[in-house]
Amino acid sequence: MARSNEPIFWSLFSAGGVVAAFFFPITILISAFAVSCNWISAEGLHELAGRPLARLYIFVLISLPLFHWAHRFRYVALDLGFKGLKGVLPFICYGAALLGTGLAAFILGWG
Amino acid sequence: MAASEPTPSDKVVVLEVFRYRPEEDEEPFYQTYEVPYFEDWVVLDALNHIKNEIDGTLTFRWSCRMGVCGSCGMMVNGDPMLTCAAFIRDYYPATIRVEPLNYFPVIRDLVINMDDFLDKLTDVQTWLVPKEEKPVSEGEYLQTPVELAKYKQFSMCINCMLCYSACPVYGQHPEFIGPAALALAQRYNLDSRDGGADERAEVMFSHEGIWECTFVGDCSRVCPKNVDPAGAIQQAKVTATKDWYRSVLLPLGKKKGKDA
Amino acid sequence: MTDGVTKTKEYIRPMPTNWWLKRKSYFMFMVRELTCLFVCGYAIFLLMLASRLGDLDAFTALLKDPIVIALQVIALPMVVYHTVTWLNLTPKVLVIWRGENRVNPLLIAAAHYLAWFAVSAVILWIVSMYR
Repeated sequence: MARSNEPIFWSLFSAGGVVAAFFFPITILISAFAVSCNWISAEGLHELAGRPLARLYIFVLISLPLFHWAHRFRYVALDLGFKGLKGVLPFICYGAALLGTGLAAFILGWG
Repeated sequence: MAASEPTPSDKVVVLEVFRYRPEEDEEPFYQTYEVPYFEDWVVLDALNHIKNEIDGTLTFRWSCRMGVCGSCGMMVNGDPMLTCAAFIRDYYPATIRVEPLNYFPVIRDLVINMDDFLDKLTDVQTWLVPKEEKPVSEGEYLQTPVELAKYKQFSMCINCMLCYSACPVYGQHPEFIGPAALALAQRYNLDSRDGGADERAEVMFSHEGIWECTFVGDCSRVCPKNVDPAGAIQQAKVTATKDWYRSVLLPLGKKKGKDA
Repeated sequence: MTDGVTKTKEYIRPMPTNWWLKRKSYFMFMVRELTCLFVCGYAIFLLMLASRLGDLDAFTALLKDPIVIALQVIALPMVVYHTVTWLNLTPKVLVIWRGENRVNPLLIAAAHYLAWFAVSAVILWIVSMYR
């Protein structure tokens, strides 16, 4: 037994949990209903979303929640009975989160 | 125990009790007993009545019968309870199912093997490691009420193991150090007289320690002493994380296991 | 383990795979954990939206797609459940002392709820400026 390196994953999980907790409900409300119910035009929302700070906002809302999912899912999969995957789950989950983060950075930074 | 003058009553409560005799049974079975109903009896009273009057072979642990020793923990209708604190009137007239504490091996009837728990208390060093050794002649270690308050809640643990029986992580991963041991480790980490946090961290902050916990929270729900082991473990995660970042970002700095 | 002791044959009760269906608190735990699937799903949706920033028509189509909207309608209560369970647990992690007493855990949670409402209002206000 030795001190684990879990803290890096746990802090990403916590940060992602905070971001999802505070920002997801209102953002879902907007993305689901704002345009479809004609509260804002698609052009207006599109203009906002393209702004640099909005791009940063969207990046944070993609990356950190993905790491939140990764950490939680890595453990819940074991709880659900997939004990055989214990070795590979961290790589699959954090790997996917890393991939999503990279894609988001590329799309929002250079797209 | 019964009231000093038990009133004869035709009321009866049925107990369905887990039996296992290793020398004769391959598998456990449930035995049904009818026990007189008394307003003020607890499940432990009923078990003692069974043992004294009906079936002397029934085996179970108990001691203080007032909720401070932690000996009489069992599953009552699927919930980990101190049987000295589980009132028959809260279940009557339903049948009461009594089983040994979950997630521990059964030695006989309602008695479980608690060696794993005791080993873990040792592994994570649940005792005071004084910051400064001083001889008795130099007097006591002084502590203010404010310093005491910081760890007092976690010191209330009576080692009853109800939390282990509630913890599905311990149930699935027996290597998990577990709620009580980790809460007690945190109790000593928070004690102003203690200097053992670094040593404890090797086990406490390992994969089998706090990081196996997924904050189900049932441990705190069933704790008869409101220790809140779940809270203790999450707070330890914060400390461990701060320590980890400190050691990574300031690698030449002194490694600390305790945070203010 | 204790040495030198003759042990009888102990009985080990197996833990069922569906352990989380056997107890209400376990089930609610599993619901809470599985909200992460909806968190992931919405993050992927945001990624898709982001990839359409260069194409207004595609961007608009995604926002107006009925299936996409339906999925978000399902995700919304799940994500709110994540928020509520998360905020409710903050007092367990964030312990603030005033002398010998802890700041009331309810106050800690309430402060977080206030922050959630405030942040949401600010986001709504920013979006409203682009109407």
